[in-house]
Amino acid sequence: MSGAIRFMRKLAIFFGRKKFRSDLDEEMALHREMAAKELVAEGMRPDEARYAAMRRFGNATRVQEHSQEAVGFRMETVEQDLRFALRQLRKNPGFAATAILILMLGIASSVAIFAFVDAALIKPLPYKDPSRLVQLFESIPLGPRFHLSYPDYLDWKRANKSFSSLDVFSSSGFMQKTPAGLRQADGARVSAGFFRTLGVTPVLGRDFYDGEDAAGPARAVLLSYAAWQKRYGGSKAVLGQSVVLDGDTYAIIGVLPREFHFEPAEPVDFWGIEKPTGGCEKNRGCHNLFGVARLKDGVTFDAAMADIKTIAKNLEKQYPDSNRDQVAFMLPLTEVIVGDIRPILLTVLCGSGLLLLIASVNVASLLLVRAESRRREMAVRGALGASPKRLVRQFVTEGMLLASIGCVLGVACAEWGMRLLSELIPKDMMASMPFLHGLGLNGRVTAFACMLAVLAGLLFAFTPMVRLKFTEIREGLTEGGRGAAGLVWRRFGSNLVVIELATAMVLLAGAGLLGKSFYRLLHVNIGLQPDHIAMVHVEAQPEKYKDDAAQSALAREIARRVASLPGVQSVGITTKLPIEDADWTTDFRIVGRPDRGEHREAAIRRVTSGYMTTLKTTLRSGRYFTEDDNGSHQQVIILNKEFARQYFPGEDPVGKQLSFDDKNPPILIVGLIDDIQEGQLDAKPRAAMYGPFYQDANSGFEVLARTSQDDRTLLPAMESTLESIDPGMAIYAPMTMDEKIHDAPSTYLHRSSAWLVGGFAGMALLLSVVGLYGVIAYSVSQRTREIGVRMALGAERGSVYGMVLGEAGRLIAVGVIAGSAAAVGAAMLIRNLLFGVQAWDVPTLLAVALVLAFAAVAASFLPARRAASVSPAEALRTE
Amino acid sequence: MAKKPELLPGTLDMLILRTLKRAPLHGYGIAQSIKRLSDDVLTVEEGSLYPALQRLLLQGWVKAEWKMTETNRRARFYTLTTAGRKQLGLEVSQFEEMIAAIGRVLSEPA
Repeated sequence: MSGAIRFMRKLAIFFGRKKFRSDLDEEMALHREMAAKELVAEGMRPDEARYAAMRRFGNATRVQEHSQEAVGFRMETVEQDLRFALRQLRKNPGFAATAILILMLGIASSVAIFAFVDAALIKPLPYKDPSRLVQLFESIPLGPRFHLSYPDYLDWKRANKSFSSLDVFSSSGFMQKTPAGLRQADGARVSAGFFRTLGVTPVLGRDFYDGEDAAGPARAVLLSYAAWQKRYGGSKAVLGQSVVLDGDTYAIIGVLPREFHFEPAEPVDFWGIEKPTGGCEKNRGCHNLFGVARLKDGVTFDAAMADIKTIAKNLEKQYPDSNRDQVAFMLPLTEVIVGDIRPILLTVLCGSGLLLLIASVNVASLLLVRAESRRREMAVRGALGASPKRLVRQFVTEGMLLASIGCVLGVACAEWGMRLLSELIPKDMMASMPFLHGLGLNGRVTAFACMLAVLAGLLFAFTPMVRLKFTEIREGLTEGGRGAAGLVWRRFGSNLVVIELATAMVLLAGAGLLGKSFYRLLHVNIGLQPDHIAMVHVEAQPEKYKDDAAQSALAREIARRVASLPGVQSVGITTKLPIEDADWTTDFRIVGRPDRGEHREAAIRRVTSGYMTTLKTTLRSGRYFTEDDNGSHQQVIILNKEFARQYFPGEDPVGKQLSFDDKNPPILIVGLIDDIQEGQLDAKPRAAMYGPFYQDANSGFEVLARTSQDDRTLLPAMESTLESIDPGMAIYAPMTMDEKIHDAPSTYLHRSSAWLVGGFAGMALLLSVVGLYGVIAYSVSQRTREIGVRMALGAERGSVYGMVLGEAGRLIAVGVIAGSAAAVGAAMLIRNLLFGVQAWDVPTLLAVALVLAFAAVAASFLPARRAASVSPAEALRTE
Repeated sequence: MAKKPELLPGTLDMLILRTLKRAPLHGYGIAQSIKRLSDDVLTVEEGSLYPALQRLLLQGWVKAEWKMTETNRRARFYTLTTAGRKQLGLEVSQFEEMIAAIGRVLSEPA
């Protein structure tokens, strides 16, 4: 009860503040008067008595303050402080704007980057207990992450003791029949228990039944949430609707949740069932699946790995032909999904951390500078009666105000920045990184932003107080209060700038190295000339083109028709394009060498005679294919140089023979070419062989055409020609070779790394330069009197320049040199990202150092000029 | 000359209330009364008197009124309220308890 009454009284006083103050003033005045009267009565002179009474009474303002504080809300004084702080900021707009801008940049970049890291690495995956999920592979000598085969999957599933469930998926598109013709649809095939293993249930409809993946017509398909929205407008009537995929009619039985995504298979619109009826599924040697399994409770990762390794070993003994050298391998699913981008994101996070560091250092030094300039003001205030506590509160309020403005702007900027960054990612990258869809200010990111805000507030509030000791009133009031302590702090301020310059140097060097690496990547020798090549993928209906003869005839017709298009110089066909991955391998033996049971495997492509001339590859020995290299003649093969290096070291393989198996006749090696880059641009060369398309054709292949005119404009003509040959064929992925290289994942990675670090470096450069300017300007302002004296004594303007620039030069030199050393160290950390460039690449470091030094010197030039233009009389008067 | 003993912390409120129990007074009067009754031992800092008075006003233990003094000047007179009387009793008894306890400690034979 009394609390409420007290509150009302406080409120009353709050609203009648003026009256309160004037009442109290009157009261205190009377008190003093009566005290003076008493002193007079004791014999003092009236004016002396008045003085004595006043002195004894003490500081009236302070008494006022204390009285108000005793009964006022906490807020009142806070409001006073705020108003004063605002006034101060308005009086120094340059300082306020700079501090806020720096803070805004630092916070915006950190929050945006953190949001990315959160979306990709921290946010839990949309499965039940994702840490218990693993992905299963078969590893072969060529690499550890290869596919499983269907019979192997069944055996693993049956024999394992470590998994509560084991399922498989294969990421394969479907050819969807639409009114406009056959169109490619993103899809995947999974075994029946796949979603149950992941712990995901559809939001609409039902999941696959157990056993729905037994042999029999596969007629059920699940829809992804995005596909449901995009293709069916999110209508509930979608259940039971049918789609025609790959020639079969499927019924849509359910829709998956919105947050669900499965990165190893994405992008996926339609989830179908993996059935054992396919041609590949019946063959133990045909590998097209990856496995997903959930560890049983209590089973460790290592125990499970040992378990499946044993199973695979048994299978190897049981089926030596198909399973030789196939070892089981597994990784935690989370590792598979984020493992690739984790290093990038962490690097970027470090970069933004560095930027934040520079920004904080900058702001701190600005605040110190300003605190210096307010020493006298603080001393006077103290003398007038402000308590140290109140002065501290003043600084804290001012600091918090700056910090909150900067943070609010920073978070707004971050939101905008995140949207911008999302736009910059190409659409298919986005599709294969589905966790980025939820990017934005969620709980964790907001918490991070708040933490930064609090830290910024503390930094802003308490840095100035490092410099100001509120009890040393006398020192502040004396002339040029700049004793030994002042020098120490000035040097500290300069040292901070050195750190900034060094950090900027590190980031700039990183950007330079990444940029050079990207350039090298784009100009690496890929064994072909990518200009002026237009490419289209063709999928003919397998039931219409059943055998080699039909497929070869189709290919020939296509080659003929495309070659007759205007501007086309040559046409080639291949089963798989370069600059993808070096998969699609086959086992082989070398005829004439004893088979000691070694497993030999190399990539294989089926190409027409025009393929290599279209790509303009380099022939080292032997010949290319001719029209005679078809099914009715001797089987021939062309090898690449890496193949020869591995298996025919020091000799010419042309004229020797290979064989795939005992059933078929040996194959004659007729040519040797320089390596074509089948994998990504930065991949190591892999052994590859090229066989004539007409000796083992396929119903799906790529058509390439080299044109003397613009390659982009040839694409529509190619597409319509192909459509006119057989409208039932699926025709998709039209692009030029240059585009393919430009959009390739490794190109994208290098390009975006270079741009990101470049962006950081740019900001770091800006911040360091601003910081340096601040320090030099402050130093000049402190030495105005000294400069005035010098010039009055006859110093030339030039020598003043020299003095200021010399000081700046020393700072820059130390910063750049220290930064270069740190840069080399940091470059060692990212050397995996560098291509064709050493971490200590001298020309890059030199160039970057020059850029930084030049910018810094330019920044110091302004204060130097101000110093040199000081008029001696003015300078001597300012004290 | 030895420094004058400072007022024990927390006792200012009690002394003001006791002073006002005798008669309503203005600020200067309260200070004079305390000084006189303590034989000049206790001096109330004016800097603490007025904040204390405001506090007591806030708590409702005293109330204030503007009246004219003998010399025809306007001054704010403070009066003890019923709640203040109760509070005074409370504080005095606490204080006496404290003194007794200290006394017991001090009077323990060496």
